[in-house]
Amino acid sequence: MSHHDHDHHGHHHDLPFWRKYIFSVDHKVIGVQYAVTALLFLFVGFTLMMLIRWQLAFPGQPLPGFLSTLFGDANAPGGIILPEFYNQLGAMHGTIMIFLGVVPLSVGGFGNYVLPLQIGAPDMAFPKLNMLSYWVYFIGGVIMLFSFFVTGGAAQSGWTSYAPLAVIAQQGQTFWLIGMVFLITSSLLGSINFIVTTVQLRADGLSFFRLPFFVWAQFVTSFLLLLAFPPLETAGVLQLMDRLAHTSFFMPSGLVVSGEALAISGGGNPILWQHLFWFLAHPEVYVLILPAMGIVAEVIACNTRKPIYGYKSMIYAVVFLGFMSFIVWAHHMYLVGMSTEMSAFFQVTTMIISIPSIIILTALLLSLWGGAIRFNTPMLFAIAFLPMFGIGGLTGLPLGLAASDIHLHDTYYVIGHFHYVVAPGTIFALFAGIYHWFPKVTGRKMNEILGKVHFFFSFIFMNGVFMPMFFQGLAGVSRRLWDPTQYAHGLSTQPLNVFISFSAWGLALAQIPFILNFFGSIFAGKKVDQNPWEATTLEWSAPTPPPHGNFLTPPVVYRGPYEYSVPGQKKDFWPQAMKETN
Amino acid sequence: MSAPGEIRYIDHPHPVSGVTNAKLGMWCFLASEIMLFGGFFSTYVLLRAGNPAWPTGSHLLNVPLAALNTVILITSSVTMVMAWYSLAIKSLPKFKMYLGLTILLAFAFLVVKGFEYGMKFEHHIYPAKNTFYAIYFTMTGLHGLHVVGGIVANLYYLFPGSKMWETNPEQFTGRIECAGLYWHFVDLVWIFLFPVLYLL
Amino acid sequence: MSHSEAELKNQVKVYISVFVVLMFLTMVTVAVSYLHLSTLAAIAVALIIASIKAGLVACYFMHLISERTIIYAVLGLTAIFFLVLLITPVYSV
Repeated sequence: MSHHDHDHHGHHHDLPFWRKYIFSVDHKVIGVQYAVTALLFLFVGFTLMMLIRWQLAFPGQPLPGFLSTLFGDANAPGGIILPEFYNQLGAMHGTIMIFLGVVPLSVGGFGNYVLPLQIGAPDMAFPKLNMLSYWVYFIGGVIMLFSFFVTGGAAQSGWTSYAPLAVIAQQGQTFWLIGMVFLITSSLLGSINFIVTTVQLRADGLSFFRLPFFVWAQFVTSFLLLLAFPPLETAGVLQLMDRLAHTSFFMPSGLVVSGEALAISGGGNPILWQHLFWFLAHPEVYVLILPAMGIVAEVIACNTRKPIYGYKSMIYAVVFLGFMSFIVWAHHMYLVGMSTEMSAFFQVTTMIISIPSIIILTALLLSLWGGAIRFNTPMLFAIAFLPMFGIGGLTGLPLGLAASDIHLHDTYYVIGHFHYVVAPGTIFALFAGIYHWFPKVTGRKMNEILGKVHFFFSFIFMNGVFMPMFFQGLAGVSRRLWDPTQYAHGLSTQPLNVFISFSAWGLALAQIPFILNFFGSIFAGKKVDQNPWEATTLEWSAPTPPPHGNFLTPPVVYRGPYEYSVPGQKKDFWPQAMKETN
Repeated sequence: MSAPGEIRYIDHPHPVSGVTNAKLGMWCFLASEIMLFGGFFSTYVLLRAGNPAWPTGSHLLNVPLAALNTVILITSSVTMVMAWYSLAIKSLPKFKMYLGLTILLAFAFLVVKGFEYGMKFEHHIYPAKNTFYAIYFTMTGLHGLHVVGGIVANLYYLFPGSKMWETNPEQFTGRIECAGLYWHFVDLVWIFLFPVLYLL
Repeated sequence: MSHSEAELKNQVKVYISVFVVLMFLTMVTVAVSYLHLSTLAAIAVALIIASIKAGLVACYFMHLISERTIIYAVLGLTAIFFLVLLITPVYSV
C-alpha cells in the first residue's frame, strides 16, 4: 500500500528557489506569504484612513507638505481632497482592510500556518489548491489596488457597493467587482481545504473535543466562508451584468440621472443587491472575529497556566454562533422599508446571536480567574481584547434593535461599533498571535520592551480614535460625509474630529516600535528552543522552524489541549502529544 | 501508521468519516455551488414576485430545444457514472469510451444552446431587453460556463490525467467519482433551470 | 467508493432504471406545461417533479443513498441556508 507519487514532500531540499519559496505548496510558506501580503495591505488601508482623517479634521484644507502634490489634480487639486477622492478612500479603506488585510491574515496567515501543526498533520489536505488560493488572492489584491490608477479612480460607492449608485459608477467599480470575484474564489478554495483538513487529517487520538479552540474557530469560520460567500459572487455577477450588459437586475424603472432618464429596461430591485450582499457580509463579520477569539483563547490558556474555563461551552457557543450568523443579515437593512414581520424576525435572531458571543467572552474572562498570569506582550493584547470586544458588542445592541437603529443607522455610532470589534478587537488579537507564534516561525522571540510600548500606546490611541465616534453618532453625524461641518450637528462635534484624527496619527506612530521589533527580531531577536512559552498544543511539539512534513514522527495525542497545572505533575504543563508524565 | 510527512486518506477512506479527502472536498465545493445557484434562484423569485407582468417562459423560449438538451444532459450523467463504474470493474477501455461519450454529449448540449442563443440574437433579443431575458441569459450562461468547466476537467482525465490509472488506480477512480459528482451537479442545476425558466 | 463485487454487478441495472424514470419524468414535465395550470399549481407541480428527478440523480448517480453522515451533515446545513436565501427576499417585495 505504498505510493510514491507524493512529490511535494519527496526531495524538498532539491526544489529550485521559485518552487520552494514562491510557488511553494508547503502550508507554512503559504501562511507566511499570506501574512506578509496581508500586513502590507493593512498598511495601505491604514494610510487611506490617515488621509480620510485629514479631511475630517481639517475639511477642505490642503494636505501638508509633499502630500499636497502626491495625488495629482484628478484627486486632490492644490492638495485639497476632492469629494470623489474622499469616497474612493472610504470605499477602498473598508474593502482593503476586510478582504485584503484582516481575513487573509487571520485565516490565510494564522489559519494556514498554525492549523495543520495544531492537529498534527503534515500539511493541508490539498497543498496545490492552497498555493492556488494564495496567488488568486494576490491577483485580486493587485486588481483592487490597480483601480486607483484608472480614469475615474477606484470604487467609490462604499465597500457595500449599493445599487443603483454602484451600477452607474465609473470603471473603478468594475475593477472592484472583478477583484472581488478573485478574492471570493480564493476564499472558497481555502475554506474547502480547511474543512477537509480538520475533518480528515487530525492526528491519532485527536478527537474533536480535544482540539484547541483556535482550530474550532477556524473550522466554523471555514463553513461561514464556504456557504455565505457564493451569494455575493452571485450579486457580483449580476452587478457586472447591470454595468456591462446593461441589464436591470438592481435598477428600478424610471431612474433619472443628471436630468436624463436612463436607457435601461428597469424592473429591477436595489434591495435585491442589499439582500445578496448582506447575506455574505454579516457572516463575514464573524469571519473577522472568530479566528481572533481562537487566538485569544490560545494565548490566555498558555499565559494563565490553566485550562480555558468552559471549553465545551465555548465550542457549542461558537458552532451555534456560526449557524445563527446566517439568519441575522437584514439587521443591516432595517431602514429599507421592510415589513414589521421581517424586521421582528431579524431583531429576534440578532438578540439571540448575542448570547453565544457573551458565553465566549465570559468564558475567556473567567479563564483569567486564579491564573498564574504572565503579563507578556501577547497576553497584554489578549487581555485588552476582552473589554474592547465587550464595548464593540454592547454598542451593537442599540443597532440590532430597529427602534434605536432608526436614529443610529448610517451614523458614526455604527463606525465606532464595528471598529471597536475589528480594530482594538480583532487586530489586537492578531498582534497577540504574531508575538505568540513568532518564536515558532523564526526560532527567536520578539523584544518585550518594544512590544509593551507598542501595546500601551496602541491601546490608548485606539480608544482615542473610536470612543468619540459614539458621541458623534448620537449627535446625528452621518457616515461617508466629505464635510460634516456643513451640518449644525456636524459643526458642533467637529472638535471631536480633530481629537480623533490626532489619535489616529498617534496610532500610526505607535506602530513604529512594532515594525522595528518585527524585522529586527527576525535577525537579532533572542534565540529560543522549540517550546519557549511552555505550551501544551501540538505546534510546540514540532521542531522550530517545522520541517517540510512538520513532525519527525506522526504525533499521537493523549489528552486535551489545555492540560496546564495538572496536580501531581512536576511541570505546570502537560503537552498533548507527550505519552509519559511531565 | 503513515510515513512521516505523508498526507493520509487520498486513495482510501478515513475510518471515521468514511470518505476520502477528495470526496469530502468535492461535496463541500458542491455545497458552495448550491448556494451560488441559490443566489440566482433567489434573484429569480424576487424579481418575478415583484413584476406582475412577468411572461410565461414557454411563450418566449424554445421548449423543444431545451427539452432535447435536458435529455442530452441526463444521458451524459448516465455515461459519466458508467465511466466511474468501468474503473470500478477495472476496465480502462470502457472508461475511456464512456468518458468520451460524456464529453461529446456535453459538446452537443453547448451546440444546441448555441442555436438557442443564436436565434434570440437574430431577433435582437439580448439580456438588456428586460429582466426576464436578463435572468434567462445569465442563469443559462453561468450554467453553460459550468458545462465548459466539466468538459475541460473530463478532457484532462480522458487524456493526460488517465496515466494515473497505472500508478494509483484507487486515487484515479476516486478522482473520476469526484468528476462525476461535479457533472451530476451540473445536470441537477439544469433539471431545475429547465422547468423554472422555460415552462413556468 | 469501495463497492463489493456483488454490489457492483447490480449498479448498471440501477443506472439504467433511473435513466428510464428520468426520461419519463422529463416527458411528464413538458406535458404538464401544456395543461396551463394556475401559476401556483404549475410552480408546485414543476418543482415537485424536478425535486424527484434531482433526488434520483443525487441518490443513485451521486451515490448519496449509500453515503456517510459527514456528507449528509454538510448538505443538510446547506439546504437550510439555501431555503433561507430563497424564501426571505420574497417578503421584502
